[in-house]
Amino acid sequence: MSDIAKDATASRMPTYVGMPAFPKAAHEAVADTRLRRNLAHATGTIRERRAAAVAELDDWAELRDAGKRIKDHTLEYLGHYLRMLEGKVTEAGGVVHWARDAEEANAIVARLIKETGETEVVKVKSMATQEIGLNEALAEHGITALETDLAELIVQLADDRPSHILVPAIHKNRAEIRDLFSHRMPSAPEGLTDEPADLAEAARRHLRAKFLSAKVAVSGANFAIADTGTILVVESEGNGRMCLTLPETLITVMGIEKLLPSARDLEVFLQLLPRSSTAERMNPYTSAWTGVTPGDGPQNFHLVLLDNGRTDVRDEEVGRQALRCIRCSACLNVCPVYARAGGHAYGSPYPGPIGAILSPQIRGIGSKVDASLPFASSLCGACYEVCPVAIDIPEVLVHLRAKAAKKLPEKTVMKVAAWGLRSPARLALGQTLAGRARSLAPHLRFPRAWADTRDLPPIPKESFRAWWKRTHGDSADRKDAS
Amino acid sequence: MSARDAILGRLGAPEGDPDAEYLLLHRGYLERHHGDGLVELFAERVAHYRAIVHRVTEAELPGALAAALRLGAYVVPEGVPAAWTGSIEPSRRLGPDADLERVSGTITGCAVGIAETGTIVLDHGAAQGRRALTLVPDHHLVVVRADQVAADLPDGLGRLDITRPLTFISGPSATSDIELSRVEGVHGPRTLEVFLV
Amino acid sequence: MKIALFATCVNDTLFPGTGKAVVRILERLGHEVVFPEAQTCCGQMHLNTGYPEQALPLVRSFTDTFEEYDAIVAPSGSCAAMVRDWHGKTAARQGDHRLAERAFALTPRVHELAELLVDVLGVTDVGAVFPHRVTYHPTCHGLRMLKLGDKPLQLLREVRGIDLVDLPDATECCGFGGTFALKNADVSAAMCADKTAAVKQTRAEVLCAVDNSCLMHIGGTLSRQRSGVRVMHLAEILASDR
Repeated sequence: MSDIAKDATASRMPTYVGMPAFPKAAHEAVADTRLRRNLAHATGTIRERRAAAVAELDDWAELRDAGKRIKDHTLEYLGHYLRMLEGKVTEAGGVVHWARDAEEANAIVARLIKETGETEVVKVKSMATQEIGLNEALAEHGITALETDLAELIVQLADDRPSHILVPAIHKNRAEIRDLFSHRMPSAPEGLTDEPADLAEAARRHLRAKFLSAKVAVSGANFAIADTGTILVVESEGNGRMCLTLPETLITVMGIEKLLPSARDLEVFLQLLPRSSTAERMNPYTSAWTGVTPGDGPQNFHLVLLDNGRTDVRDEEVGRQALRCIRCSACLNVCPVYARAGGHAYGSPYPGPIGAILSPQIRGIGSKVDASLPFASSLCGACYEVCPVAIDIPEVLVHLRAKAAKKLPEKTVMKVAAWGLRSPARLALGQTLAGRARSLAPHLRFPRAWADTRDLPPIPKESFRAWWKRTHGDSADRKDAS
Repeated sequence: MSARDAILGRLGAPEGDPDAEYLLLHRGYLERHHGDGLVELFAERVAHYRAIVHRVTEAELPGALAAALRLGAYVVPEGVPAAWTGSIEPSRRLGPDADLERVSGTITGCAVGIAETGTIVLDHGAAQGRRALTLVPDHHLVVVRADQVAADLPDGLGRLDITRPLTFISGPSATSDIELSRVEGVHGPRTLEVFLV
Repeated sequence: MKIALFATCVNDTLFPGTGKAVVRILERLGHEVVFPEAQTCCGQMHLNTGYPEQALPLVRSFTDTFEEYDAIVAPSGSCAAMVRDWHGKTAARQGDHRLAERAFALTPRVHELAELLVDVLGVTDVGAVFPHRVTYHPTCHGLRMLKLGDKPLQLLREVRGIDLVDLPDATECCGFGGTFALKNADVSAAMCADKTAAVKQTRAEVLCAVDNSCLMHIGGTLSRQRSGVRVMHLAEILASDR
């Protein structure tokens, strides 16, 4: 992923270089029939299963409501809970570090690794480290970060970019993964089939020796418990367990919003997350650790608390709710736009509906990509419906649209339209003029963006308002007309 | 200014009492999803993940464990009752310091079972050993007593000390990374056998 | 009952037949329909495209116009949702708290047509006759914001002679989304291609929905494809009586 660099306007999270605004990127994705087929198959599979997993719990709506309330409460008193977490982690033998932005976080992690004398680390999949471009930053220090999650491994081997929060290689089907392994994985067996079980076996062999010899691991965190200093990582494959328990040193990078006040809150979030994410009653493995346990697991534990724009987002009345996100990716799987455009079109480690509200808030809405993201939605509301912490993504999108820079022609059209619509008389005049214009040029295909694939409806000879006046003209309710 | 002070400064100190407000948070969800039949439910849900479930009596357990072994030796952590492994040849039972790459599997107890989700929780105390023991070997045999089976997550979490190292296990290692379809067996033990006593 | 009709600017300008159909249904059921002529637009396009300051005067004029009525009907899921879910918030967020208060008081009285018929007037059989094969597309704002559920289907099932068939993947968005259809034309068209494929699979003669804007998009595509499938607003099917 050498082509990732920092956008001049936003040092917090990489914008993929050369990334066009969403509509142009999506234009290419929509034309890629194989990509669309892969995405439709994968998201279609998970959608129905998620719905079934959720329907199994009678109290889903109440769990969702509690999840929202707990997160909102934590965000309100975030400083209080972070101090508490820091105290408890330290008490349990861990070391807490604070990072204002990506650069600080990357520097801390690089320094901690250098202090161990190692040049290779194993990694558990983590959105926070992708957000800050940690792997690329470590490479500049001569440190190789080996992704161990199967999908991350696929993406890393392919020199590709992740396109989904949960399943970064969702854009690739089994045949493509088989070809990739055969070419890029030295230990891949001859005659590797495209059976997922065989592919998983190949990954197992490829990574086994690395796990057993690694001295340092880097992870993210799904949850942190303020009043005990406990960190949790939720996973499926066991690569997380390998990284979290075998090496001597563990460095966890965690966004400050991942916090929960108390262990009791896990009863809500460990019900919400797996069912929303992989549509399972429970994911295969969840690890919880509190500082350092003598004789078991890493004896050096570092926790890096990452702000990187989160305190700014927290100050936003409408946008703040994005910080409730638990990275389940349910919103991606139901999004009709994501299913057609794919994750790469979002130009950020956070794709899909949640990415469209997170990326512009973390990076600022300055770049063309970020200004286009809030518009990358038909506002159909499917994302809000499935969100386990009830983030009203359409509401935040609409709010961000108001902040995005717009082009002059559009601003002019909107102004004129608003002026015309402020008065019923002007609207009536507009209706008459439009009718005449269309009768002069009935086959006009304009605007092109519409007319390339859709016929325009004929403009009627008589508007409803004109018909009403003609047929019900003596109605008493004319008094407001102006 | 340090990063710590900068971040905490930005977060401010809102008026209000977080502890009191936390206690008042509305939690409308169910305290319990299930009442009776927890052991049956647990067995069904564990099996759903394609783990192997054996329902045995106390007396049948040693024989069932011995019969489930593959070739080679198994790690038996401290605290596993001698009665469990009585039917296994002593040379095939190794202590927790064994070379984990060379053993065939591990025999452990657990801290809690959760019926609704088919989850087994290890707190790595007695009869479970350190976390690596149940991770590196490919075959995990775990004994769950009926009285260890909790109804659901709220029930199960209530029985645990969160500050211990915990591993929640729901079926064998799996991945959904290829086409979002679940397949079993990646890095963790590929076979999970549960002995429900 | 006296019912104020909010025709919506799109229906008023492009689809006058829908407004006429609402008048016909309600008069046939014995109600008095009034059309406050000061009405224009709910402001949805401006708000959703990122121009809340220009939506505000439209919120104000809507409130001025409809405040005096006890029941208001809008034959458009998305316009009804805009008024109900957004008018109060839009005013509040721009600091016009007096207007926000008035809007919050008014907007619960605004109903989409199916809601008005089923929930307020308590009828599902409106005396309609429509002997054709019809499939129904639940539009997103009707489905997820207004939570119309099967109310439109309850009404359609009572229509004499109708052959009502299920639409596959019905709850998928058609890709209209207001200015989304222009700003992200490629994705919008791809979504609509899948929607029209589902429609054609039903072999229905008519595609019915509660939003003419979505129907303009799907119908425009069906027309370009020369599919022969017509689109009709729910009101027009319910008004049909021969």
